[in-house]
Amino acid sequence: MAQRIALGLLSLFVISLIIAFVVELLPGDLAEAILGQGATPETVRVFRAELGLDKPAHLRYLDWLSGMVSGDMGVSLANKREISELVGIRLSNTLFLGGFAAAIAVPLSLLLGILAALYRNSFYDRAVNVFTLTSISFPEFFVAYILILFFAVKFGWFPGISNISTDLSIGDKLFRSLLPAATLTLVVVAHMMRMTRAAIINLLASPYIEMARLKGIRPTKIIIRHALPNALAPIVNVIAINLAYLVVGVVVVEVVFVYPGLGQLMVDSVSKRDVPVVQACSMIFATVYILLNLSADIISIVTNPRLLHPR
Amino acid sequence: MLQTPDCCTHANSMLNFFKIFLDAPLSAKFGLLVIFIYAVFSIFAPLLAPYGETEILGAAYELWSDKFLLGTDNIGRDMLSRLIYGGRNIIGLALLITFLGFSIGSITGMIAAALGGWVDQLFSRITDVLMAIPALIFALLILSVLGTSMPYLIGTIAIIDSTRVFRIARATAMNVAVMDYVEVARLRGEKLGWVMLKEILPNITAPLLAEFGLRFCFVFLFISALSFLGLGIQPPTADWGSMVRDNSTLITYDDITPLLPAGAIALLTVAVNFVVDWMLHKSSGLKDVS
Repeated sequence: MAQRIALGLLSLFVISLIIAFVVELLPGDLAEAILGQGATPETVRVFRAELGLDKPAHLRYLDWLSGMVSGDMGVSLANKREISELVGIRLSNTLFLGGFAAAIAVPLSLLLGILAALYRNSFYDRAVNVFTLTSISFPEFFVAYILILFFAVKFGWFPGISNISTDLSIGDKLFRSLLPAATLTLVVVAHMMRMTRAAIINLLASPYIEMARLKGIRPTKIIIRHALPNALAPIVNVIAINLAYLVVGVVVVEVVFVYPGLGQLMVDSVSKRDVPVVQACSMIFATVYILLNLSADIISIVTNPRLLHPR
Repeated sequence: MLQTPDCCTHANSMLNFFKIFLDAPLSAKFGLLVIFIYAVFSIFAPLLAPYGETEILGAAYELWSDKFLLGTDNIGRDMLSRLIYGGRNIIGLALLITFLGFSIGSITGMIAAALGGWVDQLFSRITDVLMAIPALIFALLILSVLGTSMPYLIGTIAIIDSTRVFRIARATAMNVAVMDYVEVARLRGEKLGWVMLKEILPNITAPLLAEFGLRFCFVFLFISALSFLGLGIQPPTADWGSMVRDNSTLITYDDITPLLPAGAIALLTVAVNFVVDWMLHKSSGLKDVS
């Protein structure tokens, strides 16, 4: 397990290197690329000093990394504001949306997965199979606009734009972010419930389940009392992987619903080529993604004695 | 004399093909039909589209009419023509990127499996790191630095894509590379290229083909997401992702026109998934028999 954690931290380090040095891909450097052809050597030199490009690469990296860790992420090129100021509230909004979606998606997919395992090969199971295969194939914005069309335009139940802000009550926040959360739910539920179904069905072939069945226990009880506890490890693993996906998958959904989150900030900054902001956002997204994937692996090791105490 | 057997095997293979098609489940037949229709529309786009790709013909957001079957878009271009050309552009681009990523991934994967040792370690560790970064974030990072030009877009997505192909190609090629006949070929003194192309490749084509379908879906959805975000194919070139974005205001007026390109993306992906599902099922079934 220590090895897995070390590997996770190592990949985090390598990724910070990639993100920090991706600007080196430019033919000139960042200052020249942003100021363009018309800039005088003097302005380029001043701008370069402002960006810290006159320092050697390893110092620049250390400065950037210590800034990222301590919360001083530098200044946006587009509007000269502190990046930490831009990022702070948006990060909490994004985590709020991801958490909301997870709170719906996880119980829902567990329930659907258990039902599919219970009534496997029935009409319900096959219908769910086709439905999930289809929903995996849908682009996120398609799902989002269908929801907007029905629930915001035709029925007018929910707002089509989720412009939440800090002064709203938690109920208002939940109400306004329901449609984006529902979109994200539809996107991840398919995968999670398929894996839940597979994890339970794998176990149903084992002898102790056969024994329980021969004792005459009802199928519902067999699955909930006997199969589910042993299937929990793979299921929790799948949940963690999907949470990681949720955090990244918000980007498109945030843009559709004009939700003030980190993903939208990142997309805006990419089109403005505001590289420091993009670097900061990438680092945050990558860190959350890697930490969640890491915890998925750790959970599956901790919950499985065979992996925890390898022979 | 020599011609006869040749022609008959040809006819046989055609017959086999039809037999396989007829045996396919309904979902796979549906998938193949949809793919065929998309292919026809993409190839013959200039003949089938009523107007040009970038011609401005009327007012913005005209309703569906006899003149403009699906109305006009946000600056007055014919929606149906844009839809047909957009499909051609985005499917073509997705195919190009998939081929590129697939070639890089499968060649490096086979090299890693055939050579082993430090080459394998090097390639595998690079892939591990690249795969640890979420794909969309990686693409956004690269595009923000290099700008949204076509070659960078193609290169970036192809490299992201190739890491996933590498995993599959390496894993399947590993199983083949330890076989006796590969060992014999090596002892015979065959070069790396021969071992890869003549010994390993023929035995991993089935899983790789299914993977190609899945990769195409991934790339296709990925480009449309980027185009939707305004960072993919740049205007005035038509593509389904940016068409949804540009006309999305219509949805708030209860008009479903902007959903058509999005639906077109969804339908093609579903179709490819159905076919891949069937292929995977078939190849795993054949393995069980042998």
